[in-house]
Amino acid sequence: MLILTLIIPLAGAVVISMLDRTPNLRETATLLTAALLFALNIALAIDVFDGARPTFEIAGFIPGAPIMLGAEPLGVIFGLIASGLWIVTSVYSIGYMRGKNEANQTRFFTFFAIALASTMGVAYGGNLISLFIFYEALSLSTYPLVTHHNNEAARQGGRTYLGVLLGTSIGFFLFGVLWVWLEAGTVAFVPGGVLPDGTDWALVAPMLALFIFGIGKVGVMPFHRWLPAAMVAPTPVSALLHAVAVVKAGVFSVLKVTYYTFGIDLLSATGSSDFFLWVAAATIVIASIIALRQDNLKRRLAYSTVSQLSYIVLAAMLANSAGIVGGALHIASHAFGKITLFFCAGAIYVAANKTTVSQLRGIGRAMPWTMTFFAIGAISIIGLPPTAGFVSKWYILQGVIDAGQPAMAGVLIVSTLLSAAYLMPIVYTAFFQAPEASGAPTHGEAPPTILIALGVSVALTFAMFVFSESALKAAFQITGGI
Amino acid sequence: MISQLPALQVVIPLIGAPLCIILRRGALPWLVALLASWVALAMAATLLSQVGDGEVISYAVGGWLAPLGIEYRIDVLNAYMMLLVAGTSSIVLPFAYKSVAKEIPEEKHYLFYSGFLLMLTGLLGMAITGDAFNVFVFIEISSLSSYAMIAMGRDRRALSAAFTYLVMGTVGATFFLIGVGLIYAVTGTLNMADLADRLPPIYESRTVLAAFAFISVGILLKLALFPLHLWLPNAYTYAPSVVTAFLAATATKVALYLLLRFGYTVFGADFVFDIVPSSQVLLALALVGVVVASTVAIFQNDVKRLLAYSSVAQVGYIVLGISYANVTGLTASIVHIFNHAATKGALFLAMGCIAYAAGACRLESFAGLGKRMPMTMAAFVIGGLSLIGVPLTAGFVSKWYLVLGALEKGWWPVAVVILATSLLAAVYVWRVVEVAYFRDPPAEGPVLSDPPFALLAPTWILTGACVYFGIETSLSVGFAEQAALFLMGGS
Amino acid sequence: MEVLGHFNYWIVVVLMMIGFYALIARGNLIKKIVGLNIFQASVFLLFISFGKVTGGSAPIIAEGIEVYSNPLPHVLILTAIVVGVATTALGLALVVRINERYGTIEETEIAQMDGES
Repeated sequence: MLILTLIIPLAGAVVISMLDRTPNLRETATLLTAALLFALNIALAIDVFDGARPTFEIAGFIPGAPIMLGAEPLGVIFGLIASGLWIVTSVYSIGYMRGKNEANQTRFFTFFAIALASTMGVAYGGNLISLFIFYEALSLSTYPLVTHHNNEAARQGGRTYLGVLLGTSIGFFLFGVLWVWLEAGTVAFVPGGVLPDGTDWALVAPMLALFIFGIGKVGVMPFHRWLPAAMVAPTPVSALLHAVAVVKAGVFSVLKVTYYTFGIDLLSATGSSDFFLWVAAATIVIASIIALRQDNLKRRLAYSTVSQLSYIVLAAMLANSAGIVGGALHIASHAFGKITLFFCAGAIYVAANKTTVSQLRGIGRAMPWTMTFFAIGAISIIGLPPTAGFVSKWYILQGVIDAGQPAMAGVLIVSTLLSAAYLMPIVYTAFFQAPEASGAPTHGEAPPTILIALGVSVALTFAMFVFSESALKAAFQITGGI
Repeated sequence: MISQLPALQVVIPLIGAPLCIILRRGALPWLVALLASWVALAMAATLLSQVGDGEVISYAVGGWLAPLGIEYRIDVLNAYMMLLVAGTSSIVLPFAYKSVAKEIPEEKHYLFYSGFLLMLTGLLGMAITGDAFNVFVFIEISSLSSYAMIAMGRDRRALSAAFTYLVMGTVGATFFLIGVGLIYAVTGTLNMADLADRLPPIYESRTVLAAFAFISVGILLKLALFPLHLWLPNAYTYAPSVVTAFLAATATKVALYLLLRFGYTVFGADFVFDIVPSSQVLLALALVGVVVASTVAIFQNDVKRLLAYSSVAQVGYIVLGISYANVTGLTASIVHIFNHAATKGALFLAMGCIAYAAGACRLESFAGLGKRMPMTMAAFVIGGLSLIGVPLTAGFVSKWYLVLGALEKGWWPVAVVILATSLLAAVYVWRVVEVAYFRDPPAEGPVLSDPPFALLAPTWILTGACVYFGIETSLSVGFAEQAALFLMGGS
Repeated sequence: MEVLGHFNYWIVVVLMMIGFYALIARGNLIKKIVGLNIFQASVFLLFISFGKVTGGSAPIIAEGIEVYSNPLPHVLILTAIVVGVATTALGLALVVRINERYGTIEETEIAQMDGES
């Protein structure tokens, strides 16, 4: 069953690529594939939360380091989010691509499916080398999506995108994987880590550095530049990058490596992760400040994402189970919240052709639903009840307290204020400021397919708060605790 | 019949060459070459299957027994090499039918295929023989024919490239000859296995050291290690597409085989690594070569030239693995001999497709090819990814072992250089990719479309090999590891 | 004195250097080929000098002679001479064609013409 997580989206990609002449059939194929994949993930989730840990070997590859799949709670959570949000994003994409009459739509939906297959590979990568392989596949399969517009800006953005991602992965991540292989003799994922107990700080800290900086998709500074550069992509791709696939693959990899390769006991015993707490904290604060100064809406959201991703890195580097749980929860809550915000940004572009915050004065009159959804997404990112963001932030804070790091609590508080500072003014501008040109609005609400997608993502944001206990239970399965 | 296989392995292509000249009309020369190549492939596969377990086949040419007679000695390493050479020629020859028809005037076709078979003979002979002087003979057979083949390129610079290669190649082969003469003078034998027995007592003598120096320089020139690589860029750029593809995949690889053979079997690892500081010398030259060649490749405007410099860099990687003097490093080198042959073969065949369609191989000719020639460009991209060493391609497997070998020795700066130069490869591959996919095709010029199936199929077979051996490594790594253990275990 | 006894080898070294010098320093392609030939000839001399056995006569079986020089180097050099001839022939053929296409056989002029195209 595990291998189907790869086969379904790949087969879908093949089918989609053949349906160039019949756009409606092609869109149906995308939605069907996404639905199938989500159903599969639910089935896997049920199995895994029952205690099963299925594995599947794809190829022998290198002796002792096969390419294999393996499901466990963290992977299942990621898989569910990714496949579920694929359905939502596909609905959104249909509205967006048709609304903007974009070219090369078949290529777009085909590579979307391939990117999702890579994401499934990352989620269910059964060992470190398989994770790395699918991680690279994800970088490459999203390149055609980022450079979709095929113009000079796309080319430059694509260069930064691939340059940073491949540079960090080949330069650091691969180095780290090989080093683990050499030290531990295996690349398997084992709860509690594979490095022998008593490994010295001088060995663990540089190794950890290779992973934290090598997993470029997590956007830790100074390797965050690919994220704002990728904003040249069409908005569904940005939504995919920032909620579903790429960034979450990054933080997921960090969490997975922290828990299953290093082991939180080893990390807290050697204190190796402390330095990275500060790296993450710096990223959180600096990125928020940069976000404040961005007028382009998507770029502001991009820097917000850089900041929010480092929340998860911070949580992981706390090296305790509450941190891991909080990090896993934040994968979900940030996904729901950010995808909402990006959907709104795209909706505004499709309906009103506006891209900067200063252009958004009074737009709330013409697009009330869109901006309301935006407000809700903003509240989730800031981390207030009754949204998902509150749940995950609570647990990260719990982890901070458990680890005895009061400075980090301060960082969390400061960044909450900063995120309010860069998000709430948008809401204010939209609703409470008069539009520039008086008279009848020149545009209407976003197309219905977009609104539907928005509705779903907002509903998920609320749902995670309401059903927070189930979410917690799922996350606690990872650490097998309390 | 089976017992005569070693001799037939060389004789069949050798006889094929004059046969091509006799049967000069129409498609007959091509057919003869194709058949000879496929038969050679079958024979190489049979031989490989027989030596899989550390066995050695020994064949006395003409019935004259070693050590006085010439002996053909086959173990895992050279069986692997012969399979590589014969396999490459078998895939490249179907491609040649249309490609040669376009690039070379019809009255010269029979000469082309005859020369091709001579190259094949020479390379197979270099791999199979167990006699040091016989190696020289086969080196010259393959080199002379390749000089002539390179000179068949359309551009007149092919002639000066061939001439330069002739001069440098002959100097190299002559150095090799001097070295062989010197070791003959002190041991009285030319048989490799016999030399291995007779050399150890006299390791410290100046003659043996000088002999090793001469032999190594000769071989290093043939395999185009920096700084003896100067003949390669021009030779690869201006030769006909088929010749470049075949040479890139085989000629330097067989020279690498010779380096391993003379280093490990004839002189012995004790001499090569303990008495002579080969490890340091090869390490230094290889590292510099990789960095310089990768950097120069980035600034090339002719894509064939870019790939030629890339080949110099890749040869550097292989020599790097040898310099580690550990099993992982040697495995990495042997596996990269195989993987690089598949990768560069695929890339140069893709270049052949583009030359067929567009007539030129400059970077500007690539504009818009992503749209017009999607299958060809896709093959190019995959080959490029293998050069960079992206996982799921063959190049990744080689890089894995190469970096691992360095880390095993504790040489982590070397690991850093390997990874950094992979990123350089990403730069020069992506230059081509961007032009192909981001620029619009030119308004005038030849009508561009994917070349016919006869050209695409061999290209995609090699491209598929790049991917297949990136995932399923039991064959490539399995044989490489066997060969490495066999060599290091002392033969 | 050993120097005179090694007379052959001194000649080998001198010829080798002359040949190598002509190869590298001369721009005319024919002169390069000549240099190559001299270089190869010196190696042939080297091999044959190796084969001489003190007091040995030519390696052809004849009555009354007991010590022969080693015939193997002679055989090897015959092969090498053939290779040398083939190389020279190919080299000269290339020079003819280069002259047809370039109009010159001077290396510097050819390099200049190559640089322009």
